[in-house]
Formats: sequence, structure tokens, C-alpha cells
Amino acid sequence: METTSILPLLILVSSLIPGILILLLKEEQVGLRTFLNLFGAVAKVSLIAWVFAGYLRGEEYTFFFSLALDLTFSLRVDQLGLFFAALSAVLWLVTTLYAIGYLEGGMHRRRFFAFFSLCVTASTGIALSGNVLTFFIFYEFLTLSTYPLVVHRGTDKAVEAGRTYLWYTIGGGTILFLGVVGLFVLAGPIYFGQTEIIASLISDYPTQLTILFFLLLTGLAVKAAIFPLHGWLPVSMVAPAPVSALLHAVAVVKAGAFGIVRLVYDVYGVGVAEKMNYLNVLAAFAAFTIIYGSVRALFQDDFKKRLAFSTVSQLSYIALGVAIPGVLTSTGAIVHLVHQGIMKITMFFAAGNVAETYGYKNISQLNGIGRRMPLTMGAFTIAAFGMIGLPPVAGFISKWYLGLGAVEAGSYWVVLVLLASSALNAAYFLPIVYRAWFYEPEYEVSRLRQSGRLEAQALLLIPVVVTGLLSLAAGVFAASAGSPLSIAREIAEKLYMLL
Amino acid sequence: METYQIYSLTSAVLFVIGIGGVFITRHFIKKIIATMIMGGGVFLSFVSFAERDALTFADPVPHALVITGIVVAVASAAFALALARRIYQQTGDISFSNDK
Amino acid sequence: MTHLPTSSFPALLVGLPILLATLSLFFGSKGRAVVGLAGSLLTTALSLIAIAEVTRRGTVIHILGGWDPPLGILLRIDPLAAVFIGMLALVGVFISLYAWWYFRVREADTGGLPQFWPLWLFLWAGMNGLFLSNDLFNLFVTLEVVGISAVALAVLSGKTTALTAGLRYLLAAITGSMAYLFGVALIYGSTGTLDISLLGQVLEPGATTTFALLVITLGLMIKMAGFPFHFWLPPAHSAALAPVSALLSALVVKGAFYILLRLWMEVFGVSLTYAAGQLIGVAGAVAVIWGSWQAFMQTSLKLIVAHSSVAQLGYLLMVFPLLILAPGVTTDSADWLSPAWTAGIYQVISHAFAKASFFLSAGIIIMALGHDRIESLRNLVGNMRITAMAIGLAGVSLIGLPPSGGFMAKWMLLKGIFLSGQWWWAPVVLTGSLLTAGYVFMLLRLAFAPAREMDTFRPVPKSLEVVALLLAIGSFLIVFPADFLIQFLESSAVFGSGIEPIMEGGEYGNN
Repeated sequence: METTSILPLLILVSSLIPGILILLLKEEQVGLRTFLNLFGAVAKVSLIAWVFAGYLRGEEYTFFFSLALDLTFSLRVDQLGLFFAALSAVLWLVTTLYAIGYLEGGMHRRRFFAFFSLCVTASTGIALSGNVLTFFIFYEFLTLSTYPLVVHRGTDKAVEAGRTYLWYTIGGGTILFLGVVGLFVLAGPIYFGQTEIIASLISDYPTQLTILFFLLLTGLAVKAAIFPLHGWLPVSMVAPAPVSALLHAVAVVKAGAFGIVRLVYDVYGVGVAEKMNYLNVLAAFAAFTIIYGSVRALFQDDFKKRLAFSTVSQLSYIALGVAIPGVLTSTGAIVHLVHQGIMKITMFFAAGNVAETYGYKNISQLNGIGRRMPLTMGAFTIAAFGMIGLPPVAGFISKWYLGLGAVEAGSYWVVLVLLASSALNAAYFLPIVYRAWFYEPEYEVSRLRQSGRLEAQALLLIPVVVTGLLSLAAGVFAASAGSPLSIAREIAEKLYMLL
Repeated sequence: METYQIYSLTSAVLFVIGIGGVFITRHFIKKIIATMIMGGGVFLSFVSFAERDALTFADPVPHALVITGIVVAVASAAFALALARRIYQQTGDISFSNDK
Repeated sequence: MTHLPTSSFPALLVGLPILLATLSLFFGSKGRAVVGLAGSLLTTALSLIAIAEVTRRGTVIHILGGWDPPLGILLRIDPLAAVFIGMLALVGVFISLYAWWYFRVREADTGGLPQFWPLWLFLWAGMNGLFLSNDLFNLFVTLEVVGISAVALAVLSGKTTALTAGLRYLLAAITGSMAYLFGVALIYGSTGTLDISLLGQVLEPGATTTFALLVITLGLMIKMAGFPFHFWLPPAHSAALAPVSALLSALVVKGAFYILLRLWMEVFGVSLTYAAGQLIGVAGAVAVIWGSWQAFMQTSLKLIVAHSSVAQLGYLLMVFPLLILAPGVTTDSADWLSPAWTAGIYQVISHAFAKASFFLSAGIIIMALGHDRIESLRNLVGNMRITAMAIGLAGVSLIGLPPSGGFMAKWMLLKGIFLSGQWWWAPVVLTGSLLTAGYVFMLLRLAFAPAREMDTFRPVPKSLEVVALLLAIGSFLIVFPADFLIQFLESSAVFGSGIEPIMEGGEYGNN
């Protein structure tokens, strides 16, 4: 704790500076912009790898900046944070490539890439925050930097969606603010991991701390899209595909889910949360959201909307895993942070490729698309199987651990929820897969042939293939050292060792 | 009732009349006059406090203050009148319209 | 107070701008602007040097002409005054830079309005004098200097709306001054002194003191547009020219607040009751909600910004209930005093930066469009991205999102509210934030929306846009020296003080 290192700060700066510089560039300076972007992305991944290696050697990285009185800006590297930061950084790199291809020749690319970098800064900031205040600062920063991306297209529909997005997130942010200040006043500046503070206060202030817990949870649940606060997510799908892919599958929604993980594990502590019955409430909402999201997804014909409702459902796996105490469920929840991220981003990339290459936005238009875009749809199929929970794709691992843990904890109803959800997942994903591979292409084939190109262009194709393979690899190599599962397992074991 | 109390009371009455006038009337000139009546009340109260029991002679400070105050008040009033005149020249209005 | 180290800075801070203002009157239109801008830069430099002096030597005083108080005039800079002077200098110099280009661009249709410069320097001198004064009558004189130059600036354009709003403003200002002066007369009558530090020791509770407190508070509330005396502010601030609106909204109203804060905390402690604090807090709370709601309902940009000032000033009033302790609480045990003071100071500073930026941006938009109906802000982001960004950042600071100065203010305010147990203010703070978010994002939403009718954006000098943006960024940067600033302020006797009401619902308890 004592030594200060600027490495965590550098991890943030590696995307902050490119973001600001890009804003100052001219729209036409494509080369320089692309260079800055990729340089930042590569630098971020390398820095995180560097820090990870150091962390494994037992080094500690913390950064402090005292703002005023006891307001301290603090960045700290721990395993959970690094896990999330690495996810954001790697997927940022992939998505940057994708976005360069996707937006080629589009409008306002400078603004897009600048705010994109700022969003990633915010999400890595959330990951590396050392205390509640810093977390809150980045949480709000994320809201603000995402807004220009949601309204990027500038159409009336996009602007309307932006308004919905803001009302939800600013409202959630305000509630969170209240909770954060309240917690600060009652318990002082809580650093993540100092669960003993709340544990020692809980018997004196049970009511206040309960109110604060639910204020904080509500504020976080908005971004984690837990029913009934999920309304902004499907609407925000008007944003360009890379935004939906990275932000609405990973950065923003994960910020909420990650926040819930932090809140329960590192602020209140599982012991207190369990004793005070907070977890039952969370579990109930999470379980309901899982089913609700899946059911809603069934009825969407818009490709991205179906994916969005699927995200609503899948995210609550994380919350559910947190809500059922136990090493196995925690492992499931934490590993799902990563697994859901790479699978869902693959699907959004695939949806973006289809829309960009053929202009198809609805599922009913996808007949036989797999024959024309075998790689894209191949990756999509892998991810879809993962979502459903078929081995050996990553999603299976998450569900397996969640299920096992639930049985261990005696919460058999969770297994039912998981089974029902898997069935629903299958019901809304398999038709897409089936349609893509086994339906005859119905119309416009001649026109498409004329364009001379069937698969998406390389910059769009490489990311989707990479993330598709990653989701497969995360499942296949789950047992080997360094896999997301093994890290998640380690984090979970540490958590429960403390109890 | 001692003399200075009469002065004080008068000054309070003038002040209240003035402040009432400012808020109630709409006519520019009436409003300006009302502020001057307020001022009159205030200056009178200063003067009335010049003679206080502890002192055998009149305290000079309030007089100095009142003179400064009067200068300031006259300047403000002149400025307000000039503004009112400009508004009258431009629009023909001599009072604030409906709102407040 | 006369034992403190003397320095010539307090006198210079008032004298230099007056001198420059007078000097500029001898020049023609062009020369006046040059003197004005140079004078602004000089005054800013002087202010910063003076502040450096205070950080080094602590509170310094100057006795004008060697005449000792009570007859002579004593000026003093303590850390609290230094912070206000610094805010005035930093925001003021940006507004001066903006005005320089603004009036050059508008030379064709307005003749460059050279009167702006002397008036602004007089205003500056008055504000500096106000922050430096240590006696009640001197405060009256500086209030008048500020009031009259502010009104003169407000009517600079000569348009009917500005003149009418200006007259209303002037009448409110005179009424406020007279009410204030009446209180001063009462205080002098009962104590025979006007010196603030002395009054803090000798003032006795009683009907006269309570009545004096009442009229002085009334007068200052009128001057700072505190609810329900806010009626004059939106028309006057929105009808003025952009640099003037920025001066009035960002800086001038803070003068009256400064006096109110000082007098309540340093002089009237003996007469204040818990109920009085709550009452003024309620006025602030209503202002926050009402002002934000009114801003939300407006359709022209400058009116939105002007109404937002009413709300933001309300937050300042909400600091008072935290500073006046409930009966039985001692200042030693009240750990929320420091956060409450910090909240007040940060609200003053961050609002100054953000609101100045907001009004200057509005001026740029009027320059580009010829009007400021918000419907025409569509596609602002495409046409004027720097201004759009300035509005966005300033708005974020007004809402109080991190890491802006406004966030610091709201955080400290909420912290103070929770620590003091006066939780009933918390919903007001949050509702105010949400409503602010409502109108700020209404503007941003339009800024991103596609253009409908073809409103042509005329080109505007980039330098104007950059100045507005710098001010908006300033409202964020002020967070960083927070630690230093608070430590500096804590060496001021008044900062962090609270009032322990002596009487518990006693005879003079209700005012």
C-alpha cells in the first residue's frame, strides 16, 4: 500500500491521451488518428500484461492523489480489477480495428474515436479504482463519454435513444451519488477489500447501511441492466455496431456488473451481505431478469435488439452468481464477466458485418447468410452455442460453475432458472443459426453476386474471427493455467478464504 | 418621548413607506421616488443616532456617513431617471408592464 | 486588527483598476479597449501577486492615508478575501479577453461600445473593495459602486429590453442597498462602531440587533437574487451583452453573498438562531428547485442560463443551515463545518467558471445565428464543436458530475448534510442536480440532433470559442488544488467557524 507507482495511471493515460489528441486533430488526418488509436490500444494491452506479470511476482501497484481533506483519488491493482481491465483493453484493441473498417468513409470519425478512447479510459478506470470515490468518478465519466457515441448517427431516433440513455444513467448516477456520500459519511473512505469496516459497523447502523446498500445497488443496477432498470439498453442499439459491441456488451454494462461484484465482495463483504439478506433480494431480481430478458429476446426480429435483450438476460448471470454465496458460484460470476464479454462482442461484430455488407438488420432476412459469410457466421455460431451453454464453448463453463455452486449452496431453484434460460437461449439463437446455414437464400442473390464480394472485408472479419476463437479457446483450455477460469477461481477462493 | 426617539420612529415609518412603494407601484418615477423615501428614512435614522447618551457632543461620524450616503443615493437616482427617460423615449412606456 | 502586518496590496487592488478606468476615459474607442485589456491583465497579475503575499505572510492590512479606524478606512486581505479576489481575477481576465474580440467583431453594428472597459474596471475595483472592506459602511459604498457599474454594463446595448430589465435591476439594487444601510444605521446606533471585527465582540443581542440583521439580510438577499427576490435577475442577465451577462452572473452576485456570509458568521452570531438558518436554507432550497425548473421550461438559451443562476445561488444559501448549529451542539463536535464551508466556496468558484463559460458560449451562438432560440441549436456539434464542448463541460460542472468543481461542491454539501443529520436537504440537492441535468442535456440533445431548417451559422472568431472552452475546463481544473485551497482558507479565522445559538427559542429567537 505504501509505495506509489504510476503504472496504474499510465494504463489510464494510454487511452486518455490518444482520446484528447484525436479530438484536437482534423477530420482528414486519418493516418495520424489511426496511429494514435492503435498505439494507445497496443500500449494499454502491453502495460496491463506488464502489470499482470509484476502482480503475479507479488508486486503491488497503487497510485494516490489526494484531492481534498479525505477525498483521495486512488488507483490500485488487484486481481479482479486487472481481470476486468485486461478484458476491456484486449477487446478495445480488437474493436478499434473493427471500428476502423466499419466506419470507413463515415461522418464525424474523429469524434467517434476520441470518445471511444475516453470510454475505454473510464472502464479501465473503473477496473483499477482503489476506493469507492474513484469508482464513482469513473462510473459517471463513463456515462458522459458514452453519450456522444449513442447519438453518433445524429438521427432523430439516435438522439431520442440518447435521451433515454441519459435519463436512466444520470438518474442511476444520482442515486449512486447519494449512496456513495452516505457510505463515506458513515464509514469513511472505503478502499476495496476493507470489508471489515462495514462488518464492524453493521450491528450499530443496520438500517442506514441497508438503505445505503440498496441505493448503491440501484445505482449500479441501471448500468447492469437489471429489470426494471434495463430499458435503456435495447434502445441504445441505434448506435453504430462497434459501440454496441464494445460498450453495450462489455464496457458499460460490465461496469455495472463489476460494480455489483465490488459492492458485495469488496465493500460490504459476502458475510454481511448474506447475513442481512441482501443477497436474496439481488438473487430474486437477477433470476427474474434472466428469464425476462430471454423471453423478450424471443420476440425481437431486429438482430441487434435480440442481442440486446440477450445481453440483459446474460448479465444477470453475473449478479445471480454474486447473489448465491459460495466459491463455485463466485467463480462462475467472475468468469462470466469475461466469457459473456467475448461471446457477446462476437455476436455484435457478426450482426454488424451482416448489416454493413448486405444491409440486413432483421433476422428474417438472414436466410442462407452462412453460405455467403461462412467465417462471420461461423464465429457467430460458436458464440451462440456458448450462450446456450453447449460444451466446450466458454458459456458452458460459466453455467456449469453457477449450477454446481447453486446445488452446493442448496439453491436448487437456481438450476431451474439456468435450465429454463438455456432452453430460451436455444429458442432464440438456434433459429438464427439454422436460418443462416440451412435456409435457401431467397432473393437478391444475383445482385449480391454482382458486388463481387461475399464475405465482409478483412478489417471487419479479423476481429469477429479472433473473438469467436477466443470464446472457444476460453472454454477448451479452461482447465489450463492462465485461463479466465483459473484466474476467476483464484479470485473466488481468496475471497472466501478471508471469511 | 425623547427627541431622538421621534426621529427614529419617523425614520422607520419613512423606510416602510418607501419599501412598500417600491414593491407596490409600477410607475417608473413613483418607484424611484419610493427608493428616495427609503433613503430619507435611513439618513434620518443615522442623524438621530448621532446624539447618544454616552456622548456630550454630537457624534460626527454619522454625519460623514450620511453625506456619503446622500451622494450615492443622488447618483443612483439620477441614473435611474436617465434610464426611465430612455425607456420612455424608445417606447413611450412610463411604467413596468403587467409582470411584477 | 491593526496589529497585523501592513502591505500596500489592498490599496493597490482597489486603486489600480480605478486609475486605469479613469485613464481609459481619455482615449478614443480603440485606445480605450487597449487600456481596458491591458488594465485587466495588470489587475489580474496584481491580484495573483497579492494572493501570493497572503499565502506567505497571512492576513495583511492597509490603513488608507494613515488614518486609523474607526474614522479611517482599513482594508484587509485574509485568505477568504484572497480566494474571492483570485476567482474574480481569473474569471475576469478570461471575460476581458473574450470582450476584446467580441467588441471588435461587433464594431460594425455597435461602434465597439468602448464604454464597456471603464465600467468593467470600475466594477472590478468595486468588487475588490468589497472583498477587502472590513467595515459595514465601506461595504455599502463598494456595493453601490458595484451595483451602479453593473447596471450601466447591463444596459450597454441600449436596447429596450435591456433598458427595462436594467431599470428593474437598478431599483432592486437601490432598494437592497437602502435596506442594508438601514441595518448599518441601527448597528451604529446601538454600538457606535462599524468595524466588523470589533462588532463581532461588542454586539449585544436585542431587538435592535435582530431588526438590523433582518433588514441587512433582506437587502443582501435582494442584491444576490436570493429567492423570493430573484425576479430581477433573469431579465437583466439575459438581456445584457454576452461578456456583461457573464460578469453579472458569474461574479457580481457573489459579492452580496460574500457580505452575507461574512456578516452572518462574523457579526450576527449573537442574534442568529437555528430557525434562522433553517429559514434561509428553505429559501435556498426553493430557489434550487424553482430556478432549475424555470430554466428547464425556457426556450431561449440565455434565459435558461440566467434562470440556472437563480438555482445555483440557491445552493449557496443552503450552506447556512449547516453553519448554524442546533441548540446544544458545540462547534468542536460539529465535524460538518469544514465540509459545509468547502461546499460554499467551491460552489462559488465552480459556478463562476461554469456560468461565465455558459454565457460566453451563448454569446457566440447569438453571434453565429443572430438569436438564441434553442431549437436552432440543432447540429451545433457539427457547426461549432468547440462551443458545443464548452457548453457540455460547463453543463457537467453545473450538474455536479465528477470530476468537476461542481461535483466537489455537491459532494461536500451532501457530506455536510449527512454529518449534521439535516438529511432533509439531501433530496433538494439531488432533485436540483437532476433538473439541471434535464436542461443541460436538453441542450446537448439538440446540439447532436440533425439540422431541420437550414439555420446558417455565420463564422465566429475561433478565439472567442477557445476562451469559453478554457473557462469550462477551468471549472474542472479547480478541483486539483483543493487540498491547498482548503488549507489556505483554514488559516482564515472565519473559515470553518460555526454559530452556537445562545438562546434556545428565546425572546429574540424568531426572525
